[in-house]
Amino acid sequence: MVVKVYGTVRSACVQRVLACLLEKEVDFDVVHVDLEAGEQKRPEFLVLQPFGQVPAIEDGYLKLYESRAIIKYYAAKYADHGPNLLGSSLEERALVDQWLEVEAHNFNDLVYTLVLQLVILPRMGKPGDLALAHSCEQKLETVLDVYEQRLSKSSYLAGETFSLADLSHLPGIRYLMNEAKMGNLVTERKNVNAWWEDISNRPAWKKLMQLAGH
Amino acid sequence: MGLKLYGIPVSTNTTRALVCLHEKGVDFELVPVNLFGGENRQPSFLAKNPFGLIPVLEDGDFTIFESRAITSYVAEKFKETGPDLIRHQNPKEAALVKVWIEVESQNFQPAISPIVYQSLVAPLLGNTPDQAVIDTNLEKLGKVLDVYESKLSSTKYLAGDFFSLADLHNFPYIFYFMKTPWASLVNDRPHVKAWWEDISSRSAFKKVAEGMTFGEKK
Repeated sequence: MVVKVYGTVRSACVQRVLACLLEKEVDFDVVHVDLEAGEQKRPEFLVLQPFGQVPAIEDGYLKLYESRAIIKYYAAKYADHGPNLLGSSLEERALVDQWLEVEAHNFNDLVYTLVLQLVILPRMGKPGDLALAHSCEQKLETVLDVYEQRLSKSSYLAGETFSLADLSHLPGIRYLMNEAKMGNLVTERKNVNAWWEDISNRPAWKKLMQLAGH
Repeated sequence: MGLKLYGIPVSTNTTRALVCLHEKGVDFELVPVNLFGGENRQPSFLAKNPFGLIPVLEDGDFTIFESRAITSYVAEKFKETGPDLIRHQNPKEAALVKVWIEVESQNFQPAISPIVYQSLVAPLLGNTPDQAVIDTNLEKLGKVLDVYESKLSSTKYLAGDFFSLADLHNFPYIFYFMKTPWASLVNDRPHVKAWWEDISSRSAFKKVAEGMTFGEKK
């Protein structure tokens, strides 16, 4: 059965889910949601995702939302197929969770705010808050210094193998390096840069980039 | 060697982990961290959590940080004892627990924490609460609580008719929020109110709440 993913292939949170499904070779259909027209706030969509956000998925009778919950579900469901994205032992799984939390609470807000202020608002013809963007950039430098140190000790964030923790960063870093034009944050850090080169060259991510027209 | 949790009894993130440890009836030691003295910025602490944040859990020679990763680890390691916080034998229930864990993490916390910060923390630092920040987030929080109200009118707890980590994770911020002038956001929503009264009367919660004296005069 094909998983229905509601959203757009350009949305960062949808890409988080699609990257996981591609890694696990799970067939999916993207059901387009017209975000600019506010389709996600209409009653028919709120039945699927009551917060009016994408992505949401339908897999037979199962409906899920929140991209990080969705990827955890599919990584567990297909644990024996494709790369192991969760970790094998309890401790390995805990480290994957830890770095997923780091992405969600220490990294994502900063990248989101930067992209909102520097890219999205100007596209909508509104002024971005440059002071806020600069403050986020400075905080992101500090966070990426921690990543640099971590990646000097292990090839990937949670250990020696690629996991959901690394995957979860892909869409945000792509936005940072492309539309936000802040690639220097990555390229100036030897280990972070090597890690980015590695994870962004995975076939599943490259396939997603083709699908998204990036 | 037992579990050690590094943190302080008034901290929201520390208490999230503390409630989970108490729910599971696990032996542990709470090791205080002197935040005001900058202990969390010292190399010895940064070796445990390079982000310099509490809580941190040490289990023998295994160290983990981020409160929601800690609760997941404890709930999984001790899944056979105490209440089943993660529904480990039912993949679909387990997935729904994860959805509502993310809801708290991504939708609820960002709205409620600035309100708690402005009301309870800012004054202690000698600052006037920023009413604009409070108002913006009250509106966001109201919308999130509308979704909670709707969900809790069809299931007893957030992920289903069973108590889980998804409910537990909400405890610390709601506890402090009820001390602000805006507790009506909870009290005016009958299902949210009933759910809050239910979960906050659990003995693990009551035990941890005793230490959550932030902002109170002795």
